[in-house]
Amino acid sequence: MTSILMTAGTVGGIGLVCGVALALAARFLAVKEDPRIAAVTELLPGANCGGCGYAGCADYARAIVVDGAAINLCAPGGQETLDRLAAYLGQEAEAGEKKVALVLCGGDAGKAPRRYAYNGVADCAAAHAVAGGDKICAYGCLGYGSCARVCPTGAIAIRDGLAVVDPALCISCGACVKACPRNLIQLVPVSQDVHVLCSSNDKGPVVKKACSVGCIGCRLCVKLGGDAFEMDGFLAHRRYHESLDEETGDKAVDKCPGHCIVRRSLRS
Amino acid sequence: MREYLLIVIGAVLVNNFVLTRFLGICPFLGVSRKLGTALGMCGAVIFVMTSASAVTWVVQHKVLIPLGLGYLQTIAFILVIASFVQLVDIAMKKSAPKLHGSLGIFLPLITTNCAVLGVSVLNIQLQYSFGKALLFGFSASLGFALALIIFTGLRERIDRAHPPRAFQGVAIALITAGLLSLAFMGFAGLVQP
Repeated sequence: MTSILMTAGTVGGIGLVCGVALALAARFLAVKEDPRIAAVTELLPGANCGGCGYAGCADYARAIVVDGAAINLCAPGGQETLDRLAAYLGQEAEAGEKKVALVLCGGDAGKAPRRYAYNGVADCAAAHAVAGGDKICAYGCLGYGSCARVCPTGAIAIRDGLAVVDPALCISCGACVKACPRNLIQLVPVSQDVHVLCSSNDKGPVVKKACSVGCIGCRLCVKLGGDAFEMDGFLAHRRYHESLDEETGDKAVDKCPGHCIVRRSLRS
Repeated sequence: MREYLLIVIGAVLVNNFVLTRFLGICPFLGVSRKLGTALGMCGAVIFVMTSASAVTWVVQHKVLIPLGLGYLQTIAFILVIASFVQLVDIAMKKSAPKLHGSLGIFLPLITTNCAVLGVSVLNIQLQYSFGKALLFGFSASLGFALALIIFTGLRERIDRAHPPRAFQGVAIALITAGLLSLAFMGFAGLVQP
């Protein structure tokens, strides 16, 4: 009997001490948080997909409440979430901006040379499977038109061995995004007109040998444009949910030593 | 000195927690997609495992053994570790919000992780002194961090290499983890336990 009591008492005691310590900590070390953040987190779908560009639903909720971020960035939530958020925050429900597909590669036949003559099936995945593609650049557009063939509106043309999307015809269905074996196509908001047209994650010297318009990973755009650009290894990305003013954009386009940052309007 | 060095090498390389003892596989597979998150996880694991070693050693030697209740080890350790991490989480949120921002989301994930419980139980089984237990906890978590960072690097490259569809995602990750574990088996026998 004593041993049972001892056991129960010890575990209970440890639990009690821990519980009291936690309760005291919660009481005295509490951090006051805007209650709307929790409420907005509840309204979001909780998928934590990061599609909005923030580190998860809670982070996005914080950005909405504290920094006044746009409420229409949640793709999984769709219209329903947007309506609920708008009702809660008393904002206008403004549907998300139209997006169009953009091929993140600028290496056409003149700029990105090939290492062998490929004369197999005219399909990008097939070409990619033969020793990693016929382009020297292991990341760039192969130009065999796999994306163009799946496009329901015929918005993609192959020009000089490079796929180019016509924004006027693009209906942002995302079929080409899935079709590209090199994951080069991204849906981009139409209001953005400064892009990093390169997807090569190789180091500078390797990129230079493969292409005359490749990102060499110098980070200059991140220094110039701040939040509008970010580095992923040796590749710069444009963070499309951050706006970029005219002047900084021009600077980034001018100064980019790889000439892969370009200004191209996506409005039709 | 020699003894301490052996503990470190033993825990980091020879008996690596993830790749040889197969503890902490869940965060190993879960947060190894991006180096940034993996580093955050490593920081949290190093912190939790080291401090959990200290706390559980005290609980075992100052509470459980004097009362003759050594068999309550598992349940008492889980209880203490979980509340301790929770406490640290609250305190960190208050005093170091920046640090909490980078480690905070990982702390609850590893409160009752088997690697953390494993290191606490091993400390007792191997009859380490307090100092050695602390060192063992720290080096075991370093071993975890090493394995996680290597694995994340591999996975980032694999994602870009487009494996065949049947292998994409977790399948190729598990195969890679197996090969990595085989590689670490090469250290077996370097330090006699």
